[in-house]
Amino acid sequence: MKLENLQRLEKLINSELASKIQISEIKNAELLFEVNEEDLIEVIQFIKSNDECKFKQLIDIVCVDYPDHDKRFQLVYLFLSHELNLRVKLKIKIDEDQVVNSITKISPSANWMEREVFDMYGIKFKNHPDLRRILTDYGFKGHPLRKDFPLTGFNEVRYSEKEKKVIYEPVKLEQNYRDFDFESPWEGTKYLKQVKKLKENDKKN
Amino acid sequence: MTKKTKSMSLNFGPQHPAAHGVLRLILELDGEIVEKADPHIGLLHRGTEKLIEQKTYTQALPYFDRLDYVAPMNQEHAFALAAERLLEIEVPIRAKYIRVIFCEIGRILSHILNVTTQALDVGALTPSLWGFEERETLMTFYERASGSRLHANYFRTGGVNQDIPLKLVQDIEKFCRSFPKIIDDLESLLTDNRIFKQRNVDIGVVTKQEALDHSFSGVMLRGSGIPWDLRKSQPYEIYEDLDFKIPVGKNGDCYDRYLCRIEEMRESVKIILQCIEKLPKGPIKSIDGKITPPSKDDLKQSMEALIHHFKLFTEGYRVPKGDVYAAVEAPKGEFGVYLISDGSNKPYRCKIRAPGFSHLQAMDYLIRGHMLADVPAVLGSLDIVFGEVDR
Repeated sequence: MKLENLQRLEKLINSELASKIQISEIKNAELLFEVNEEDLIEVIQFIKSNDECKFKQLIDIVCVDYPDHDKRFQLVYLFLSHELNLRVKLKIKIDEDQVVNSITKISPSANWMEREVFDMYGIKFKNHPDLRRILTDYGFKGHPLRKDFPLTGFNEVRYSEKEKKVIYEPVKLEQNYRDFDFESPWEGTKYLKQVKKLKENDKKN
Repeated sequence: MTKKTKSMSLNFGPQHPAAHGVLRLILELDGEIVEKADPHIGLLHRGTEKLIEQKTYTQALPYFDRLDYVAPMNQEHAFALAAERLLEIEVPIRAKYIRVIFCEIGRILSHILNVTTQALDVGALTPSLWGFEERETLMTFYERASGSRLHANYFRTGGVNQDIPLKLVQDIEKFCRSFPKIIDDLESLLTDNRIFKQRNVDIGVVTKQEALDHSFSGVMLRGSGIPWDLRKSQPYEIYEDLDFKIPVGKNGDCYDRYLCRIEEMRESVKIILQCIEKLPKGPIKSIDGKITPPSKDDLKQSMEALIHHFKLFTEGYRVPKGDVYAAVEAPKGEFGVYLISDGSNKPYRCKIRAPGFSHLQAMDYLIRGHMLADVPAVLGSLDIVFGEVDR
């Protein structure tokens, strides 16, 4: 039922915006479109105002960091349509120093979401009314959700009895952060499986 | 001759009892009229999303208790649903019922806190004293099921941690029979109270269009007359089989939102009673041994169980590659988890969509032109909890 609606919607958007949609797919019962950064605003305006889409609510903007990819960051915009009772995801891929168009004009709630992306990943937005840090401390340096940012951060805060105020210090760890390698296979190693096969073959022979 | 006036800026918080946590609200005032509000958040930022990236799926779950800490299990639910969808595992029917019972208890917990503290903010002390007694009873239910009153860590991918005893079910039922009377008592104090109405009616009005534009969800949306509830529109677990109504407001002001919350508590009680009546017997966790840890009994008998136990609590289970967005109707609105897995035992990215984040964002637009004294009333009706806003 829902899947049929998604497929119909996928066809509709693909036919209306053929040149702008790079990839479209339905996976885990979720519809995803990949578009180019410069087409983003146009596509969002279309799915928001078209009578057969009406994706009026922006649910969230998610940024993902892939340090090994050509284009390092992916931005995923999640939309919800009350009328159709469907969700859609829009994905754009961007470089580290690329500036993205802000969608605050289309959806006012994007304001803080874009600020959060800026804070956590350092992605800048064009035409954003108020691009400041939002969740991190005043005067914070770095972008904590990037994969190359250490989990412990760089500074720690404590109250100094000597100076009678809160002071910032570089992080000192009593013990190194332990990160275990879990790449070992669980399902029995390959050679064991091969041994098993050999044994079975022996039995047959 | 015209008189020149200077606007004054005022720091509301970060330590203010009516800020419901650590909110620093910078208000620009013209006399007593608020011209601009600039919320500074992040004072309770703990880097939950970063931490989850370093933890296995089992270890990530307790972080969700610490988001909206007045209704912990509703948050766990969203994460459990997301992981289950990626793993494509089936949850046993009894576990679904238990989950719904505790999610609705969470809804009552959250709404009691919100309704009574909102009343407290506008000057009524008694409701909070009455309401908190009931919250205490509900939290003992949490404790009897999970072992802790607040940070439950009770849901698991593929079910719940432990089965609940019959006595607990009976006690929850007893509570549900007596609780509507308490709601009546609370209502008798507030609903027709002249002072409460003067402070809340026509304050912080949200129109339908604006509610959509600002990404509102939950009561903030329903208070403005939009009948939207994920439990009805995109049902998860067993909500399809249950009979309940979605209360909808008319005017979109603080008072309508209060009324919605009161009615939602009554509906939650109905849902819990239906669940208790239908509660089937059976397993409470997925029977897939690669995801669910073996029972203590098996550990002592079976070598394989011992190996599984060891592997599950060191390495954890691996989740297939993919991304999924799972949302639940938390007491405060749509709580979503966008989970990206790279096929390893830790989430590659886990974005948490907290309803309070969008609601607080609209503070500036809601409070503009109102009096300073309305700030606590509006803030109270937004139902903000900083655990989830700051994450």
